[in-house]
Amino acid sequence: MQKFTLLNGLVAPLDRANVDTDAIIPKQFLKSIKRSGFGPNLFDEWRYLDHGEPGRDNSGRSLNPDFVLNQPRYQGAQILLARENFGCGSSREHAPWALEDYGFRAIIATSFADIFFNNCFKNGLLPIRLAAEQVDELFKAVAAHVGYKLAIDLAQQTISVPDGKVYKFEVEAFRKHCLLNGLDDIGLTLQHVDEIKTYEVKHRAAQPWLFA
Amino acid sequence: MKAQTLYDKLWYAHVVRQEADGTALIYIDRHLVHEVTSPQAFEGLKLAGRKLWRTASILAVADHNVPTTGRAQGITDPVSRLQVETLDSNCAEYGVSEFKMNDVRQGIVHVIGPEQGATLPGMTVVCGDSHTSTHGAFAALAFGIGTSEVEHVMATQCLLMKKTKAMRVVVDGTLGRGVTAKDIALAVIGKIGTAGGTGYSIEFAGSAIRALSMEGRMTLCNMAIEAGARAGMVAVDDNTINYLKGRPFAPNGEMWDKAVAYWHTLHSDEGAQFDQVVKFDAAQIKPQVTWGTSPEMVVAVDGRVPDPATMNDAVKRDAAERALKYMGLKANTPIAEIRIDKVFIGSCTNARIEDMRAAAVVAKGKHVAANVKLAMVVPGSGLVKLQAEREGLDKIFIAAGFEWREPGCSMCLAMNDDKLEPGERCASTSNRNFEGRQGQGGRTHLVSPEMAAAAAIAGHFVDTTKS
Repeated sequence: MQKFTLLNGLVAPLDRANVDTDAIIPKQFLKSIKRSGFGPNLFDEWRYLDHGEPGRDNSGRSLNPDFVLNQPRYQGAQILLARENFGCGSSREHAPWALEDYGFRAIIATSFADIFFNNCFKNGLLPIRLAAEQVDELFKAVAAHVGYKLAIDLAQQTISVPDGKVYKFEVEAFRKHCLLNGLDDIGLTLQHVDEIKTYEVKHRAAQPWLFA
Repeated sequence: MKAQTLYDKLWYAHVVRQEADGTALIYIDRHLVHEVTSPQAFEGLKLAGRKLWRTASILAVADHNVPTTGRAQGITDPVSRLQVETLDSNCAEYGVSEFKMNDVRQGIVHVIGPEQGATLPGMTVVCGDSHTSTHGAFAALAFGIGTSEVEHVMATQCLLMKKTKAMRVVVDGTLGRGVTAKDIALAVIGKIGTAGGTGYSIEFAGSAIRALSMEGRMTLCNMAIEAGARAGMVAVDDNTINYLKGRPFAPNGEMWDKAVAYWHTLHSDEGAQFDQVVKFDAAQIKPQVTWGTSPEMVVAVDGRVPDPATMNDAVKRDAAERALKYMGLKANTPIAEIRIDKVFIGSCTNARIEDMRAAAVVAKGKHVAANVKLAMVVPGSGLVKLQAEREGLDKIFIAAGFEWREPGCSMCLAMNDDKLEPGERCASTSNRNFEGRQGQGGRTHLVSPEMAAAAAIAGHFVDTTKS
């Protein structure tokens, strides 16, 4: 997994609540058996005027000029700003894969759905929860300044805005450690093989029917 | 000992070890696998040269991509076919039990798990699918995971996670006529919102929940995720035990008795503390119909489409305006006057035998309205289909103008050929009314099987409490 330490990135605002994972990556693209290549179809139904299908060349498709990510000022954005309950719905990890493949490294929102939040950390993508008032301030600032960037420091758990203001954010210690060091969860868990085996023996004795 | 919630009991019985910040390694008893979220996990295992930790814990089935007609011809879409074939070859290579497309036991993963007794009380159950919460109906700790976690469970039989908060939703009293578990689920989501359960596991309790069949409890727990909760659950009672007895994967003989004795302990203790308790009076719950593009955008069938202008919260108002535009609805329209184009009775929420029976009662001797272009019934598994046919339900549906299909996820998420065309309006027994969920530009209204069947017959929503 790629590490996340510092990021100084352009911010794109997606000003709606309850953005679901069906919107982030529509179902037809879930037929892929690969982990990569979802970026061109991120937000497909909002981003393009025509219908997208897997395997199709997206370069010639007509873009929806009203969709925020299509505006020239947000090209190259690495930070997505969103509202409450971002990533709700389906557990599809294709959603963080698509966001990451498009170029996003962090998402700032009022709240996230649990499964999506979890999936982000497995893919080097940092989801940050800020209070609704702080998110409001950021939406106003992004709208007011073309080329608005934020500097995220995971070690310090801070977001610095261009005028010098600093927002603190929370992140669980274990997730932070894994993200800062780009650690593979499975590798970490397999360091505890003996404990898993010991548990399994005890569990089997207590509920043998689970192992029949 | 301190009084424990059901969730506490399930959690502490599965902790292998714990980090200083509370992150725990949780042991997983049952891993259900389908074709959409597993190929990258198998590939990851292969690339790292890792093995499955406990092959027998896995049960696999293809459900999302499978066609609901013409099974004999196989899958015509080459991309869908490759995904299902990839599951078949991965299962063969790793020795995983799989119900293949033409096996009578094939069906939607959340229907077949309980049907086979592969879901048991006290288990931790995971699947790369958010509706895994369904299995909590059996007092299991069941939740959806992403593909990285699918791979993690395959390789280690464990997951890294933190304990959630506990919410109890108490529904007391008796449900009125024409009111179902689906209506409870939608009413709960309407009240607490789609993020109301975020960070929680929800236990459903109260006399109305105890009165529900296992099918009804599965419908309710299935939609816990639509309230934002990864897990929903119901305590064990005689309904739970009676449902499981004799199922192929359930224990038998002495082992059964031993299991039952343990399962009877799976309830919240008297005086157990919940972080939040939400109460409902069953008698006040009416049949529900969603009007927007989020399951929380829901009203009773005798209500009207809300007017965004009356909403004070700017984010909610904006979302409601956007939803009405997408849904092609005007504020203040009576719900019962909304005319529909298609009907879908199926999905992991409502495709069990009881759902089939409830819809058939409404459809019997009637006919689908002229304005309804397609009304389809998609049983949740081959065994549900067989049982329904034994009871003659297929004949009732076909005589009434419904199509009777092969089992699968079908138009719940439209990964196969079953989908809405742009602008089409559907009465659907599924779980998500998101933009484009049932087909790009499609308009979904979530309802119970009774309401879907009644809407098919009338051509519009109907106050089923009055008929």
